[in-house]
Amino acid sequence: MKLTVWTYEGPPHVGAMRVATAMKGLHYVLHAPQGDTYADLLFTMIERRNHRPPVSYTTFQARDLGEDTANLFKTALHDAFDRFKPQAMIVGSSCTAELIQDDPEGMAATMDLGIPVIPLELPSYQRKENFGSDETFYQIVKAIARPMERTAHVSANLIGPVGLGFRHRDDITEVTALLEEMGIAVNVVAPMGATPADIARMGAAHFNVLMYPEHAETAARWMEKNLGQPFTKTVPIGVGATRDFIAEVARIAGVEPKADDARLRMPWYSQSVDSTYLTGKRVFLFGDATHVKAMARVARDEMGFEVVGLGCYNREFARDIRKLASEFGVEALISDDYLEVEKAIEDLAPEMILGTQMERHIGKRLGIPCAVISAPVHVQDFPARYSPQMGWEGANVIFDTLVHPLVMGLEEHLLHMFREDFEFHDEAGASHHGGAAKARAVEAEPETDQEAAAGAAPAEGEIVWLSAAEKELKKIPFFVRGKAKRNTEKFALEKGVHEISVETLYEAKAHYAR
Amino acid sequence: MTGFTPAPPAAGCRNAPVLKERGQREVFCGLTGIIWLHRKMQDAFFLVVGSRTCAHLLQSAAGVMIFAEPRFGTAILEEKDLAGLADANAELDREVDRLLARRPDIKQLFLVGSCPSEVIKLDLHRAAERLTERHAPHVRVMNYSGSGIETTFTEGEDACLATMVPTLPATDERQLLMVGALPDVVEDQALSLLAEMGVAPVRCLPAHRAAEAPGVGAHTVVALTQPFLNETAAGLERRGARILPAPFPFGEEGTTAWLWAVAQEFGVSPETFAKVTDAPRARARKAIAAAAETLGGKSIFFFPDSQLEIPLARFLTRECGMTAVEVGAPFINKQIVGPDLDLLAEGPVIAEGQDVDLQLDRCRAARPDLTVCGLGLANPLESEGMTTKWAIELVFTPVHFYEQAGDLAGLFARPLRRRAILAGLEGAA
Repeated sequence: MKLTVWTYEGPPHVGAMRVATAMKGLHYVLHAPQGDTYADLLFTMIERRNHRPPVSYTTFQARDLGEDTANLFKTALHDAFDRFKPQAMIVGSSCTAELIQDDPEGMAATMDLGIPVIPLELPSYQRKENFGSDETFYQIVKAIARPMERTAHVSANLIGPVGLGFRHRDDITEVTALLEEMGIAVNVVAPMGATPADIARMGAAHFNVLMYPEHAETAARWMEKNLGQPFTKTVPIGVGATRDFIAEVARIAGVEPKADDARLRMPWYSQSVDSTYLTGKRVFLFGDATHVKAMARVARDEMGFEVVGLGCYNREFARDIRKLASEFGVEALISDDYLEVEKAIEDLAPEMILGTQMERHIGKRLGIPCAVISAPVHVQDFPARYSPQMGWEGANVIFDTLVHPLVMGLEEHLLHMFREDFEFHDEAGASHHGGAAKARAVEAEPETDQEAAAGAAPAEGEIVWLSAAEKELKKIPFFVRGKAKRNTEKFALEKGVHEISVETLYEAKAHYAR
Repeated sequence: MTGFTPAPPAAGCRNAPVLKERGQREVFCGLTGIIWLHRKMQDAFFLVVGSRTCAHLLQSAAGVMIFAEPRFGTAILEEKDLAGLADANAELDREVDRLLARRPDIKQLFLVGSCPSEVIKLDLHRAAERLTERHAPHVRVMNYSGSGIETTFTEGEDACLATMVPTLPATDERQLLMVGALPDVVEDQALSLLAEMGVAPVRCLPAHRAAEAPGVGAHTVVALTQPFLNETAAGLERRGARILPAPFPFGEEGTTAWLWAVAQEFGVSPETFAKVTDAPRARARKAIAAAAETLGGKSIFFFPDSQLEIPLARFLTRECGMTAVEVGAPFINKQIVGPDLDLLAEGPVIAEGQDVDLQLDRCRAARPDLTVCGLGLANPLESEGMTTKWAIELVFTPVHFYEQAGDLAGLFARPLRRRAILAGLEGAA
């Protein structure tokens, strides 16, 4: 058993639902107890879908357990087939049904419905949501896609976008435009928007664009082997990655790497003098591996931030992320335990967090600005406006997103210079954000060092801040104060100093000067 | 004014045939009760023993709550727990020890059963006894089931309160016990009305803290504030308490009838009763009238969700002028909602249980003006041009007693008003 308050990923059958809900003409029959229908509202509320997910649940109850739950499943399968007339079906168990071992897979195989019925083996007690979507999509492709003649004109499939995907809707539009500029047509987008009949046409494409490795890498590999389709390895998030992606596509498709980047404003925004203050801002990244990988590059090479830590919650990509971390010279954090993530953030004291919905709350608790770059996300990250992460417009969106949470340049300077202002002080937060301005609390007269010394004697190896130094520390703007405090203490320990004076503070500052 | 009991309709729904359906049910499991129970009970922690699905449900339902150091968590079963490689009891003890070490403020710990823990027959009842001994006297460990196979949505609260009943101290005191987790502001209003009438002492279940737990005994009279407390009521009866039959305190009429039932039991004179209730009754009627302008003459259809459906249908038809087409509830206990059924004029289909696709067919055929349903159905029905009121809000909003009567009617009027305001807006996704 493992105590969990927050889980970055749901169970694997939620991943299967994300594939089913993304598609059309496909129905999912899920053997599950009453109550598991809560997952419907992920789609109807968070993603605001205007239809019920194409999922029938058997919703067995305790009284059914003594009876024939297997029969319940068969009935549900028949009813769903009669009512919804899908082109294909997927069947499987949720975590509880996995325990009662009714074998929906086997049962579906014995029922001849005249359409493909694809069984899913999703081990709920070992794997999680992203595995579920990747495996489900792979099984569907394997069951339906076949080798066929290529389209006369060069074309590609876009694979990976699913229901509840972070910005998947708009990324499709953006990547489609990038390909069109090179004269490449989109054959099939899948799972998002595809029918089983479209899956059957996937073999006609010349190659695959793997948009989200988390959801479609297994299918991409299978198609490479069985349909002879190479797939792209670069995910076009950020300016550099988009250029690399275009070059890679051109190489695979044998076309000119054309790019119409007239709409791209991000490089100039980042180069303009107003952005100078962003240089060296210390950021911590966490999320799914694909977005963390892409955003780490954006943060360092395109925004000029310093990446002080990064990690991902999906173990399937642990090796990639470890490699990336070593390139950045930082420690990789591979964990799905949010308390560990919180601790890492606390220890590193970054000036900004790029993470998930979860890190947004950690940031709120610790008073660190945060921008969301990866699922899991909440309803506000399924926006009405066009807001891709990929391609040229994606880069524009990312610039705005990453700058917004930070205090603006001039405000930062003034906070640094005049910290005695009663309403314009660092605890008040950035002026362009909501929230009532808090008047500064009047500080109590600090005790003298003598009084402080008269207090509890410091334990062996403990460090004491003299009150003058503590006061001086407070003059450092809040977003770098945590780091300054840690650096000074580290410096004092190395030097064998137990009392930190103003002197020590400035010696440490000089020592760590960048 | 003939007493304070509303005159029933010519024929009520108590003996109306009930349409009983089985099939796919689009409802929450009882684990969701934790979302409001953990706010109500200040020194309790709810530890679900379940799977990742349970944890995922809780965080999806709890939304932002999850980050406020909530007093709930999930002990997620792993492969080794199922394969019998790990001693589930030893695993559980270890997790509980760790939890209690981190949270010394916890006085009551609930081990909450889930579908997986029940299917593998993990004996949480014995675990709770064992852990109580281990952590006595500091923490009492209890157990109840919030699983989907056993409970629907609000039945989680019922199961939780019912498991506390045997642990309550015995008392011979003549007292009123108000049962059901109400928002603090609502509870305070009810207590103050009862105090003004001279009804005393009044105790509440659940209490805010373990130390304030009420006693129970042969001279305890119970007033239920929620219709879904079937097990809890039965448990209290076994302890010798008597349940007062009354409509539930929704709206002006419902609140008056509920209070009058208590007043009669405690010998409050009609004059005193009128003196205490006249002003709030007038206020409530005035507040309801504002929303009733929108609701009057409109039809309403209830999908099953929380067991609040029958009392709410009674309120909306009698006090807001609506017509009920179908009133679906996950479970109907006539002993408890009987007084509400008596006041609900015959006409609507009374349905228990669900086959969601068939019920949707009926709803689409009826095209009601307002459909009360869960979040899984609300947006899909809206996109078909139906107006919905999502049902979960009724459990997460102060809706009981006089001062909330207008708010309660407003909850139903708001979606209709919104549709009217946006009528000119073209172009849907």
